[in-house]
Amino acid sequence: MPRMTMIEAIRSAMDVSMERDDDVVVFGEDVGYFGGVFRCTAGLQQKYGKTRCFDTPISELGIVGAAIGMAAYGLRPCIEIQFADYVYPAFDQIASEAARIRYRSNGQFTCPIVIRMPTGGGIFGGQTHSQSPEALFTHVSGLKVVVPSNPVDAKGLLIAAIEDPDPVIFLEPKRLYNGPFDGHHDKPVTPWSKHALGEVPEGHFTVPLGKAEVRRAGAELTVLAYGTMTYVSEAAAADTGIDAEIIDLKTLLPLDLETIVASVSKTGRCVIVHEATLTSGFGAELAALVQKHCFYHLEAPITRVTGWDTPYPHAQEWDYFPGPARVGRAMIETMEG
Amino acid sequence: MAGSSTGNGPLQLHVPEPSVRPGDQPDFSSVKIPQAGTVERPPVDVDPRDIRDLAFSIIRVLNRKGEAVGPWAGSLTDEELRDGLRDMMTLRAFDARMQTAQRQGKTSFYMQHMGEEAVSCAFRKAMEPGDMNFPTYRQAGLLIAGGYPMVDMMNQIYSNEADPLKGRQLPIMYSSKEHGFFSISGNLGTQFIQAVGWAMASAIKRDTRIAAGWIGDGSTAESDFHAALVFASTYQAPVVLNIVNNQWAISTFQGIARGGSGTFAARGLGFGLPSLRVDGNDYLAVHAVAKWAVERARRNLGPTLVEYVTYRVGAHSTSDDPSAYRAKTESDAWPLGDPVIRLKNHLIVKGLWSDERHKQAEAEVMDSVIAAQKEAESHGTLHSGGKPSTRDMFEGVYETMPPHLRRQRQEAGV
Repeated sequence: MPRMTMIEAIRSAMDVSMERDDDVVVFGEDVGYFGGVFRCTAGLQQKYGKTRCFDTPISELGIVGAAIGMAAYGLRPCIEIQFADYVYPAFDQIASEAARIRYRSNGQFTCPIVIRMPTGGGIFGGQTHSQSPEALFTHVSGLKVVVPSNPVDAKGLLIAAIEDPDPVIFLEPKRLYNGPFDGHHDKPVTPWSKHALGEVPEGHFTVPLGKAEVRRAGAELTVLAYGTMTYVSEAAAADTGIDAEIIDLKTLLPLDLETIVASVSKTGRCVIVHEATLTSGFGAELAALVQKHCFYHLEAPITRVTGWDTPYPHAQEWDYFPGPARVGRAMIETMEG
Repeated sequence: MAGSSTGNGPLQLHVPEPSVRPGDQPDFSSVKIPQAGTVERPPVDVDPRDIRDLAFSIIRVLNRKGEAVGPWAGSLTDEELRDGLRDMMTLRAFDARMQTAQRQGKTSFYMQHMGEEAVSCAFRKAMEPGDMNFPTYRQAGLLIAGGYPMVDMMNQIYSNEADPLKGRQLPIMYSSKEHGFFSISGNLGTQFIQAVGWAMASAIKRDTRIAAGWIGDGSTAESDFHAALVFASTYQAPVVLNIVNNQWAISTFQGIARGGSGTFAARGLGFGLPSLRVDGNDYLAVHAVAKWAVERARRNLGPTLVEYVTYRVGAHSTSDDPSAYRAKTESDAWPLGDPVIRLKNHLIVKGLWSDERHKQAEAEVMDSVIAAQKEAESHGTLHSGGKPSTRDMFEGVYETMPPHLRRQRQEAGV
């Protein structure tokens, strides 16, 4: 089976989708001729022509607004926002328009668009190239929110997102593009070419939206994580020797509650890890659901390990980033709690 | 005045004000109205750079005597003119009945078109089946003139059991894909860039259908407007971009959004778009300009920006009272007159109409509106009779209902 980086897997997903369906179009800033600042769309314009893969003016609301109009016509735009940090000018188009068109028109018009954007830190990107805004989108009814953590999932989930009849926010943890970063920033990262999840089928396949996966089976404690934090949690489990069950949520909305409840009911302990800020973060939703559905199984308070409630700093990146040491401490405390 | 010098003193912020407020004498002397028939009609493939002056003039066809004059005249047959009058009269009667229905508590909210009927009614007649409008809340003439059933509009206004949108939308936020009428948003301006996207898709697919975007003078200040113009300009999308300048954005006079640009149409010049201003109360002029712009789009000549100069005679909505911010008699002083009366006079001048026939038509139109209203009310009004089910509230958020919504629907007991 071929091996791909996450970038190559994402590109392959768009390639396969464009090949299969003429209605799939790809556009965004620097996406056309150049192939994207992270190279995710490299070669697509050459292969499919500049009316199916093209550069846009620097206007995120324009990119999303135009995609909504195209979707109303019948196309399936898969668009790129260069960094998740840049998506805010498009928020009205996403939250008030894309998410609601099916509902408000009673299905006369729909919005099958995918909005891809690199998310998260760990690359010394400072406050405007590092944010994780997933909770802003999970709060919007009508959207789906996906965060892949590896090449094979990234490809399968992206194809599923493109084929989905509703708008999907597709957040790509940019620190994972080239390898499974576990937060030990002083150590080299294994490239995807040497990792099992870097094995990606060539052609068409999907990974279903709304399904989580147990990354590491364990008996003592459940970790709920997604994206980069699945590897950080694995490292923390290895560092502490705690037999943690690590769940990669993959899709935040709709959420695979069943897998979460089954695991926490078994372990009785739950640590939630995300890179985004703490207050009103997606972890708050997870904690509320776990206490509601697993209350009588819980043997310790649910704990969240997240980015601090500050803007994402530059020099202090590794003080901000919830690395394996912090996650490990939370796991130990939860075992003692 | 913007940029006025105060010598070497401290800086002073310029905040534009309308020249007239409640209690003052209405004055529209600043609105320069060229004589009907005097503005050139360029070929549709004109170089936009050669018609920049059209962004500062006003294209008019009907003169004060009710005659159709000049190069923009002649786009409509006698039959089409009579139909146009009937469409505008229908919209006006529809508004009157629905305005009253709101006052009677049969719905929560209504927005009327008084004074602006020509804009949407005439524009609709320049489009073809399959074309798509991305309207604002004051273009119901697109539906009326397109033959959409009034009873369906009323069902939507009443949010009753027959509401095509199942009670999910604020009254008058219609949607009809079949009639080329995109779902209306209350978030102003969003539809303008969506119209460009729809048009781009049509061009990507080598289709022949075109789109029209709509926006009000106030909402041109939204970023969506500027995104629409830059995308339309960059990709030469087959779209007509319509600005309805009715002078008032709720209580805010148009000078607040327009700033120092002179006219709203002039906004298009920096984007290289052919930008025209037209008398929005002149059914013939609106139709002729719409047809010109639609033909440009259809012939792959690119987008056109059109500003319709008109006046919002009524309140912004049933929640608004204009006497608090503008002179009460201002609409009487509006120099472009009333679109219904102007077309009626034109038909009389042409020997196609009479006062008597007009009265009779008014009665017929009102009868048809009342009949539709009776039928709609048999399906319920907002607070009485049949209404959409609570279960419907949970449907249609996604194509397939996800588990969390199923759980919430169960919790709601439906």
